[in-house]
Amino acid sequence: MRHRTFVSFIWPSAFVMLLFIAVPIISVGVQSLFIQHEQVIETVENCGPFGCKQTQQINYEATETLRKEKPLGRFVGLEAYTNRNHLALEEVKESWGTANTYQEFYKDIMNLPFYKALVFTLTYTAIVTPMVLILGFLVALSVNRLPSIFKGPTIFCSLLPFIVTPLIGALILFWMIDADGIIGGTLQIIFHNPELSLKASPTLTWITLIIYGIWHSAPFSFIVFYAGLQTVPKETIESAKIDGANKWEQVRYVIIPHLMPLVIFIALMQLMDNFRVFEPIIGFNASANATSLSWLIYNDLRGSDGNMVFGSAAATSFLMIIGVCILLTPVLIRTWRSYQKVS
Amino acid sequence: MIFDQIKKFNFLTLLALAFLILWLVMAMFPFIWTLWGSFKVQGDFFSKQDWKNAIYGVFTLSETGHYFTGKGYKGAWIIKEFWRSTINTIIVTFSVVTISLTLGTLGGYALARSGFRYAFWILIIALIFRAMPHITLVSGYLFPFFQLNIWGYLATTIIVMVAINQPFTLWMLHSFFLNIPKELDESAMVDGCTRFQAFRNVIIPVMWPGVITTGLFSFLLAYNDFALTGLLLTHENQTMVPKIASFLGTTQVEGNIMYAVAAVVSATAPLFVLVMFFQRQIVSGLITGAVKG
Repeated sequence: MRHRTFVSFIWPSAFVMLLFIAVPIISVGVQSLFIQHEQVIETVENCGPFGCKQTQQINYEATETLRKEKPLGRFVGLEAYTNRNHLALEEVKESWGTANTYQEFYKDIMNLPFYKALVFTLTYTAIVTPMVLILGFLVALSVNRLPSIFKGPTIFCSLLPFIVTPLIGALILFWMIDADGIIGGTLQIIFHNPELSLKASPTLTWITLIIYGIWHSAPFSFIVFYAGLQTVPKETIESAKIDGANKWEQVRYVIIPHLMPLVIFIALMQLMDNFRVFEPIIGFNASANATSLSWLIYNDLRGSDGNMVFGSAAATSFLMIIGVCILLTPVLIRTWRSYQKVS
Repeated sequence: MIFDQIKKFNFLTLLALAFLILWLVMAMFPFIWTLWGSFKVQGDFFSKQDWKNAIYGVFTLSETGHYFTGKGYKGAWIIKEFWRSTINTIIVTFSVVTISLTLGTLGGYALARSGFRYAFWILIIALIFRAMPHITLVSGYLFPFFQLNIWGYLATTIIVMVAINQPFTLWMLHSFFLNIPKELDESAMVDGCTRFQAFRNVIIPVMWPGVITTGLFSFLLAYNDFALTGLLLTHENQTMVPKIASFLGTTQVEGNIMYAVAAVVSATAPLFVLVMFFQRQIVSGLITGAVKG
């Protein structure tokens, strides 16, 4: 294919990606260097019969014009990254100096919004990803053992948690674990504790969110593993049996090595998706006890505090993009090496 | 065949069966339960006394005179105008799927047939773009969109979704086109077709399986999205998912949580139908990614 034909085929696709993915990334970088203008405050002298008094008041008009003239805000450089809402360097340093135990330090850190979100996001990613792999693998092995009449219905039922809208899936589970719902009510009876609520304690909220994550993504790994199991060569299994390998050894030394490329693929997809965890926090109304990086950005952009904080959202976004790049580096290096070998 | 297999029943098979049944209950029960409960009143589905009320419908009977009630659906669809969001969702998903498939087939075909080094780099960049969390991109859009006064319109959201969808569409269609033999379009070109004519007359007729699978995933992305639609649309232009999210704030206070339950069931129903008809394509799509990745 000549270069010209190539370009004429690909330009529409390349153009939208450039305009709506590459430019926004740059835009995020620029926006994160600015902060919204402070309100213009002026001193007014009020003179009355009892002398003059100086009062300070907000000049709304001047604030408005300033904001209109320079909508990006005031240039602050990297300040947005280091302030309390993001990396909070000073607070961390201070806490490191004053805290006596690691627990105390951890408690201080968890009061800072960025670190609170980061710790949850990383915990969620680190637990959900391996659990999804294990659960999906077990379901795939089970289906593979059973007569083929189980295959179709299992795949049908398993696909549902995976393709359901994440927000809706979270809501469905949220209503069930409600203190007045079926699971919440049953748990109260089991533990003889009518006050028990999965929403109140941070630990229970975290566990609920993680269970939701596993429920939502396990079908994906099940289907990929199930397809992989069909490609395991029968001869290898047979010869392993002849050599006296039991069921466990067959799985451990024949099946798992054969499925290793799939494990890497699922792990990569899961890392990318779990790192951006967002909808369940809205669905489970969990933001008091658990926040994620995506949720922080959403909260800034939604303008719950009266106005949208573009600068702050952009700084969090940029830190998140750096996080994604760190996650992707090993994959990119691997792809690059295998490409070098081919060409 | 089946009896043959059943004869081999042993402890391990039994364990597998038990585990599988447990998994199926976990996967299915929440949906069945919510579907059932959506026809009850709030006093039953969120029962203060006993969750079994949701099964028997004690309050539903005493409040409405029947065991089932459509009050939640009436409230969601008519009083809260859920039909409006449904129309918006239809517009958005239809446009996103058509536009991204059009751009994606052209691009994917070029990437599959070009032997140049830069095709590889475009795919790698697409992979990096695919990993970008959607919400970080939204924080890049909002400010320029407000400045240009294009925030809140369906058209803006559609084009943004098409762009975000492109990396995935390109990868998927690229691998489908690799499976279509090169000789097919090359022989057409030997016969005097231009590259585009070869694409139009030879490739398009044989590419439908790949396009349908990719289209399904584009549909799911557009249908399931909340990060983009929740922040990029005005209240009147909301699609179903942000509409449901906005129900939560208002109806919980008014005690009309059943509206939200009914809306959730309504929004899940199309996905149910989708899995029923396209199960095979969805599965093959999930696996294609794995084999090529």
